[in-house]
Amino acid sequence: MNGPLLEVDGLTVLLDVEGARRAVLSDISFAIRPGEAVGLVGESGSGKSMTARAIGRLLPRGAGVDGSIRFGGGDIGSLSGAALRRYRGQVAMIFQDPRAHINPVRRIGDFMTEALRTNLGVPAEQARRRAADALAQVGIEDGAQRLRQYPHQMSGGILQRIMIAAALLTEPRLLLADEPTTALDVTTQAEVMAILDGLRRDFGLAMLFITHDLELAAAICDRTVVMYAGQIVEVRASGLLHGDPLHPYTAALAAARPDIAQTAHRLRAIPGRPLSAFEAPPSECAFAPRCPHARDICRAGVPALAGLDGGQSRCARAYELRGQLQEVPRA
Amino acid sequence: MPETGGAPVLEVAGLRKEFGALVAVDDVSFVLPPGRSIAIVGESGSGKTTIARMIVGLERPTRGTITACGHDRSRPVRSARDRRRRGREVQIVFQDPYTSLDPRQTAEATIDEVLRLHHGWPAGRRRARVAELTELVGLDTRQARALPRSLSGGQRQRVAIARALAAEPAILILDESVAALDVSIQAQVLNLLADIRDETAVSYILISHDLAVVRQLTDEAIVLYRGEIVERGRTAQILDDPQHSYTQRLRASVPRPGWKPARRA
Repeated sequence: MNGPLLEVDGLTVLLDVEGARRAVLSDISFAIRPGEAVGLVGESGSGKSMTARAIGRLLPRGAGVDGSIRFGGGDIGSLSGAALRRYRGQVAMIFQDPRAHINPVRRIGDFMTEALRTNLGVPAEQARRRAADALAQVGIEDGAQRLRQYPHQMSGGILQRIMIAAALLTEPRLLLADEPTTALDVTTQAEVMAILDGLRRDFGLAMLFITHDLELAAAICDRTVVMYAGQIVEVRASGLLHGDPLHPYTAALAAARPDIAQTAHRLRAIPGRPLSAFEAPPSECAFAPRCPHARDICRAGVPALAGLDGGQSRCARAYELRGQLQEVPRA
Repeated sequence: MPETGGAPVLEVAGLRKEFGALVAVDDVSFVLPPGRSIAIVGESGSGKTTIARMIVGLERPTRGTITACGHDRSRPVRSARDRRRRGREVQIVFQDPYTSLDPRQTAEATIDEVLRLHHGWPAGRRRARVAELTELVGLDTRQARALPRSLSGGQRQRVAIARALAAEPAILILDESVAALDVSIQAQVLNLLADIRDETAVSYILISHDLAVVRQLTDEAIVLYRGEIVERGRTAQILDDPQHSYTQRLRASVPRPGWKPARRA
């Protein structure tokens, strides 16, 4: 199949925030091909987790959804009952804090095999064997023993691997990974990232990898989608994002991060704070108030997400600024 | 310019902490000269936060001594006066700006309380100092009069820093103080901390797992692994040319342009 596995098209999500109906996502469009890893990068309030929840059909009750999400060609907005369960078997999710998503008083084995036994009717013994095999795939050798243990008996890194293994059991085609390594130590993070990367290569698993860290996304993703205030501001090949960004926000984000290889006298901080989607000005570029390149044209209307040099940028001056956004060496 | 001579503001010698059978910190010693900053680097379970808690006085060492500004603080204080004196020697800013402030106190009231307790100044002088401190950490008038619930994470962390500085401590412990902040806000707070270090005589102890942050803020670093120091030296040198195999692995695990994660054999 050459067509996209997942197509998000003009997705707008409205929620009741402090008594008023507000957009938390506006006009989100991107696609993921089978076996492709796409990074979704942004700061708090940018809408990256909300995008994953919309794809997983996990939006809060009462959310207003406009636009469409298609998976394997079919619209997922209308799914219910058995069809929705089948869809959720094909789209697995892992989250930042594994401890918040696992029942602490049930054994790992019960947690891992539940979906197989209840949804797919797999006999218990066979389900346990498959669970132990899945644990081996994420580098846990003593799987049979782990299945008898409880969550509190293992470290966060092991538990996150168990979450990944559990997500793999229903043989999903798409993995939504929402900050899966943020709560982990950096050496453990490197191992979990390597496991995720291996799953994609060995099984052709497509992935939406959500993170606040541009470089972490670049390590395993082909393309990166950068979000700000509920909008996509840039789509770019991950390898080009750091050295050749198309949007001033991406450039500013990369420059603000301290560099491990260099001591800076001052970091290039972005003034102000990141806006939530519902705070974004309705009729100008959402990043304009913090942008060093903002001019009158940026306040004349919300710029469209437009194609540029193999990527996309939502910047009124994107073409004009080409080549000027690269990171200059720090003083 | 920070002085490098003079008696150390902090001396930690042979520090050990046991929790039952677990040795959380084992034979840790280091010296902090006035105006200098040191990083304590390590992953979860390395003992770095336990060391911070012992220096502040939230945990009692099993063995070893902690001397700050010439006073021993390895044992609990006996009087309120001594407790206040210790507060002027060492202050701490915690990781989570959402749980470290009193939800019913405005930023101004939070800082004012510290000034009253530690310096006993009259209202006029306190008011002026509150204004100076909120300005120093970059809070505007509206934010200074707001309750924590209407402040963002970065703003709350600024309040916590201003509160810590109000006691005019010789040593400020930053325990993962920028870890929970967004990248664009983290850069603002790191610049603020660098400015404060340049403008005051305060010494930082930076507890962090983030090597890039450590590099920006400290002169020296010690690397902890399972409660023991495995490497120490100039921060830049440790990061550019790590000697211990654990430090090397830590350094290699940090995402950077072109980085590919590798599974350990």
